[in-house]
Amino acid sequence: MGQTPTRKVNRRELLALGALGTSAAGVIAHDGLLGAPGMTITNALPWGDGLTDAPEPIEEGGWHYLNSGEVDFLTAAVDRLIPPDPIGPSASEAGVVVFLDRQLAGAYGNGAHFYLEGPWATGTPTQGYQSRFTPAQFYRHAIAAIEQSVGHSDNGKAFKDLAADRQDALLKQMESGDLKLEGPITSKAFFTMFLQNVLEGYFSDPMYGGNREGSAWKMIGFPGAHYDYSEWVTAYNQPVPVPMVSLLGRRSWDRG
Amino acid sequence: MAKTLPKVDVVLVGFGWTGAILAQQLCDAGFGVLALERASSRSTPVNWATTFDQDELRYMWRHHLFQNVKYSTLTFRNNVNQTALPMRHLGSFLPGTGVGGAGIHWNGQIWRWLETDFKLKSHNEQRYGTAATADLTLQDMPLSYQELEPYYDMFDKICGTSGQAGNLNGAKQAGGNPFEGPRSMPYPTPPLPMTYGPKLFEQAAASMGLHPFPHPAGNLSEPYTNPLGMQLGKCTFCGFCEKFGCGNYSKSSPQTTLIPYILTKPNFELRTEAEVLKVERTPDGKHATGVTYIDTAGVEYFQPAEIVALTAYQLHNVHLMLTSGIGQPYDPASGQGVVGKNYCYQTMSGVDLFFDDKLLNPFIGAGAMASVIDNYNGDNFDHSGLGFLGGAYIAGMVTGARPIEMVRVPDGVPKWGLEWKHAGAKYFLRNMGLSIHGSSYPQAGNYLSLDPTYKDQFGRPMLRMTFDFPPNDLKMAKYCTDRAAEIGQKMGATHVHPKPRTGPYDITHYQTTHNVGGTMMGNSPADSAVNKYSQSWDVPNLFVTGAGLYPQNPGYNPTGTLAALAFMTADAIKTKYVKALGAPLVAA
Repeated sequence: MGQTPTRKVNRRELLALGALGTSAAGVIAHDGLLGAPGMTITNALPWGDGLTDAPEPIEEGGWHYLNSGEVDFLTAAVDRLIPPDPIGPSASEAGVVVFLDRQLAGAYGNGAHFYLEGPWATGTPTQGYQSRFTPAQFYRHAIAAIEQSVGHSDNGKAFKDLAADRQDALLKQMESGDLKLEGPITSKAFFTMFLQNVLEGYFSDPMYGGNREGSAWKMIGFPGAHYDYSEWVTAYNQPVPVPMVSLLGRRSWDRG
Repeated sequence: MAKTLPKVDVVLVGFGWTGAILAQQLCDAGFGVLALERASSRSTPVNWATTFDQDELRYMWRHHLFQNVKYSTLTFRNNVNQTALPMRHLGSFLPGTGVGGAGIHWNGQIWRWLETDFKLKSHNEQRYGTAATADLTLQDMPLSYQELEPYYDMFDKICGTSGQAGNLNGAKQAGGNPFEGPRSMPYPTPPLPMTYGPKLFEQAAASMGLHPFPHPAGNLSEPYTNPLGMQLGKCTFCGFCEKFGCGNYSKSSPQTTLIPYILTKPNFELRTEAEVLKVERTPDGKHATGVTYIDTAGVEYFQPAEIVALTAYQLHNVHLMLTSGIGQPYDPASGQGVVGKNYCYQTMSGVDLFFDDKLLNPFIGAGAMASVIDNYNGDNFDHSGLGFLGGAYIAGMVTGARPIEMVRVPDGVPKWGLEWKHAGAKYFLRNMGLSIHGSSYPQAGNYLSLDPTYKDQFGRPMLRMTFDFPPNDLKMAKYCTDRAAEIGQKMGATHVHPKPRTGPYDITHYQTTHNVGGTMMGNSPADSAVNKYSQSWDVPNLFVTGAGLYPQNPGYNPTGTLAALAFMTADAIKTKYVKALGAPLVAA
């Protein structure tokens, strides 16, 4: 092919540039994670080996961002948002705390898709997120402030040691914003981000750490990352008997 | 000091749908065309292959294909009495970035405007009196449906649009939209089949005397080869169109219909990671000499061009006009100025339906798989005594069921906890939404301007959006949502929850990526930024494409009309402008 890029790029270079972001001197990144050196393309299609922008599964084992107190808080809190019962796993059983840890340790937690420059103001609810914190910093400050508040109100106890009813009551106060926290983060702002992230962990592809073995998808009847449902389009009011599959395939295929 | 590059015939600023349309049309006519795209090259096999494109977290919630606000955002306020603050995270709308732009991750909903939408102000004043339009800054388009029809047809042929015509050369067609303007040709491919939910909508609407028809779709019902030889495959209903790329070459997009053709042209060049900072002009300001852009190393270049076309997303086109000082900026206090005026959105409402006794399997879907009625859109119904103008199409639409977004529960169920878990599990396969896709009409206080405080990464003032829903549009939303709820009842849903759009406008929750206005087309420089050929009144070798051309937003998805207008612009450049370079195509 007559491809004439000004220089050849590979996936490793793409990622390396993305990791630099705008803070690196002289680098103008227009495109977040995909920030790439410019190409000039004429009389050719810009396809080549090794460019595929495939997603990467998490690394198993350990905590990459959260400290042990945060793990305790989140494990207790996520299991009140999505409690254990026979129809499906609790959030922590599905791996949501691992998911949150990897998200906060990675691009999302680092604010790769947030505008965080000043000046900062509180704004109206319709103007949305106005914190200077990255999501990782946001979680760290918010959890510390919540545990401080709980310590004052509940005889020095930590959130994880409270009865489930009391945990629910506190979460409801966060949802409404009635729980007053020290510092710049409101309990409502934290709860909004937290609930969204928990749903993301519970229902996203298992490769990201939550929805372990597709357990949340099985609970709701979502077959997963299927490519072709053509034969079921007009099968009205009938179950679709296809096995659940994730982007990394199915366990049974590996065992085959 | 910017490095000066060799001059080109045409420089395109942005390479999404309209950039690709202009590139194809002008390259085929022999022009040398250079497209400058601020972000990366993107293609189907590299960026959204079928083996990994059904990834809700990465593409939708982590914004993998969207504009990254870390590097490019705007400020927002509801009204002039507030201080605008940055949109720090995407929410209400999801603009694209990179080659293909938002054309990669759209749903493929391909609409034409009604004939009356082209003469909205004069039509409504004639029918309802001037008092009816007094609170709105409506404007007629400077062209008719009939003038645009050949270009609508071109876009349908490029896309291979699947659908059922309702009006062929004036003859009404059974099963199509009886309200649409006359089509010169049928849709290139037959309508998509429908799953159970849309079918229930179709049956209910028909039994109520309404006129349901299949939603026109850029998700193809059968294999198709377009006039450029680009091949599209049959949709497999995986349910990942909206916010995702299509790995199956089944969704009409710049990548599937135009770009592979354009990239093999010797008189075309694409430069990626090249962000245009400014349109440069001669000292008298009346002629564009080219554009200045910056690459990823921070090096600035001056790219001379005979013709400059702003083909980026609407928000960026307006921003570039304002930062380049072209046209008079709109001032809401005096009503003077045109650039940034009549910013409009789309007034989206919904009805949530839950069926205890029906299995809908909503994970089987396509971006435009729907049965839809147009009875309550535009001026297809009598507005006398209703207290508002405009309307909405109402669709029983199933684009798919991505679980993070679409585990829905009936009203009254908490948002978390055991009760939520049980309701979510029970209803995931048994719920759907009706989409009420409402018009957005302009009012004097809604506009785009430059922010006085916040600067972008290049030191330019950010774009500032001042917007709230006009009372007219909220009344329209209530009325049309009530009509949709009646259909939902007729469909036999156990729970019917109407969700009419209410104010104030909230930039945090996704509604739709239909931002329009700000570089309006019109009949004179007094009321518009460009003429009917999308040519700047002030700088005749500057053309501006996209939804910024709309003086208001009818109740339709904008892509069909902005694509048709881009074909018309290309035609005017090829056949008219080329004969009188630098001259206005319409006398001011």
